[in-house]
Amino acid sequence: MISESETDPSEVMCLSKILIELKGISKTYDNTPVIDELDLSIRENEFVTLLGPSGCGKTTILRIIGGFETPDKGSVYFDGVDITKLPPNKRQLNTVFQKYSLFTHMTVADNIAFGLRIRKKSDSYIKDKIKYALDLVNLPGYGDRYPDSLSGGQQQRIAIARAIVNEPKVLLLDEPLGALDLKLRQEMQYELIRLKNELGITFIYVTHDQEEALTMSDTIVVMNQGYIQQAGTPESIYNEPINAFVADFIGESNIYDGIMVRDRLVNIGGLDFECVDEGFGEGEPVDVVIRPEDVELGDPASGHTTGTVTSIIFKGVHYEIQVESAIGITFMVQTTQNFPVGSYVGINIIPDNFQIMHKPRSEAEEILNINDYQS
Amino acid sequence: MIRRALGKIYLGIVVLFMYAPIIVLIVLSFNSSKSRVVWGGFTLKWYRTLFESDAIISAFGTTLTLAFLSAAIASVIGLAASLGIYTMRKRNYRIMLFFTNIPLVNADIVTGIALMLWFVRFLELGITSVLIAHITFNIPYVILCILPKLETIDIRQFEAARDLGATGLHAFTRILLPDLVPGIMAGFFMAVTMSMDDFVITYFTKGPGVNTLSTLIYGEIRKGIKPEMYALSSILFLIVLITLLIVYISGRTNNNKSEPADY
Repeated sequence: MISESETDPSEVMCLSKILIELKGISKTYDNTPVIDELDLSIRENEFVTLLGPSGCGKTTILRIIGGFETPDKGSVYFDGVDITKLPPNKRQLNTVFQKYSLFTHMTVADNIAFGLRIRKKSDSYIKDKIKYALDLVNLPGYGDRYPDSLSGGQQQRIAIARAIVNEPKVLLLDEPLGALDLKLRQEMQYELIRLKNELGITFIYVTHDQEEALTMSDTIVVMNQGYIQQAGTPESIYNEPINAFVADFIGESNIYDGIMVRDRLVNIGGLDFECVDEGFGEGEPVDVVIRPEDVELGDPASGHTTGTVTSIIFKGVHYEIQVESAIGITFMVQTTQNFPVGSYVGINIIPDNFQIMHKPRSEAEEILNINDYQS
Repeated sequence: MIRRALGKIYLGIVVLFMYAPIIVLIVLSFNSSKSRVVWGGFTLKWYRTLFESDAIISAFGTTLTLAFLSAAIASVIGLAASLGIYTMRKRNYRIMLFFTNIPLVNADIVTGIALMLWFVRFLELGITSVLIAHITFNIPYVILCILPKLETIDIRQFEAARDLGATGLHAFTRILLPDLVPGIMAGFFMAVTMSMDDFVITYFTKGPGVNTLSTLIYGEIRKGIKPEMYALSSILFLIVLITLLIVYISGRTNNNKSEPADY
């Protein structure tokens, strides 16, 4: 994945070769374009997450890579070979489906052996592989069970086992944790990272859950309405969102209308704030993003501006506080300190924590700008 | 209390009116007297003479051949049609289902005459025309049995099989078909009963010399009711009853399967 923001020197992924390449992919359903002229390259051993709201085209991309959909335009390359027209059974990749799609009338062992039997592997090889796969997903001895008798999390593990015994070069995962409860979902995230490291293969993961994406990915591709909004490491996407959509989608954000006074100075609600951004036109309207954890509350006397606490919710690790400020905007704040409702507080934000973004002047232009960014 | 008692009596009357005539028919088939009102003692002679009649044996053979052959062919066509309809988008799906249902509600006599008019144009009326007619009216029943079953299947299982390296045919026969078998069986036996049951359409589309049991009984009865006909009708009823029981039981075991297995 190549992106402007990829400056992290620890990013060894840059060195591995490109395994999957999508070029100019377009897909239309019932005259509604789902994906338009999309380019994407995925490197070997990368954990790539396609992240976006439902209907953004992320699953369609996965299905195009898997061979279940044919793009109207464009090509898919695997290891340099055009596989656009290749049926799914001829592709060197396996999918873990959203609802697992285990074969209900077969035992777990038969489910896992399905792909191997098609490849005419020997019985002893298959037996070893079943054991290996069940151990790998922490379900040893479950071979004789039927999928119906397993919990959601267990079924999910079997679906993964069924896919990886075939030693694919790429594993496609379509919202695999969507049906699990929170606790299990978090456990499975660690499991998936472990599996990825043990197997050393490429994972392409589709989700609408930003937390999942941030936790597991090497690269996150944020999508909206069939276009790639931003691609990069979790850190770069979280810290330097390229537009208001990405900022809002990745984590909770305060997004405000602002005006650039000059370099390093932005005006929000009539008050000037110091920031670190340069290169915007003087007087240019901008979107300003401030993460809730970056808003500091304290003594009113030392605050850059002041405000009144209108609500406070305990969230476990932190409190989520709404502050109605003197400049007429509401700040959402995450802090470990407790400020009762009605408290009069000072508000400070350090210059580093303002993320300034160009405002799209129209939706069409928004899309164009993003395309410029892509190319 | 009274409401419940009345309800039971009402139910009793309904069942009585539905089944009493059939029971009378079956009882009379064992009556050694030819009279319809006097019980002359138990006998199997009507059944014996029944099986000595070449016309009846041949009609019996025709009926069974027609029933099973038309049901088998209709099952294959109906399965293909169900798969096709299933993959359609909502609007086309509803349109196709509408046209599928028309033959079900259409009066037999209309279907019968229409098919006859159509057949005389292209081929001589005979066993072939009856067979085609039976396949035609059986297909909707098969679709009606398979389509709901198809709706309950996770169709992604098919994609999962393809993903694991299976060809389309292999994925279909190995993954989808086993789940569809109960629906196909139900459709098949439903078609068998419908075919055996049919008189009107058969009557219009059969050529001279071809007789199924129902057309034979009709012909015989015009000459006067003979006790053999009671025996024949009883056998026909029994066959249909057994097939329906098979449909019912196969449908039930199929429902049980969806419950989580106990381990």
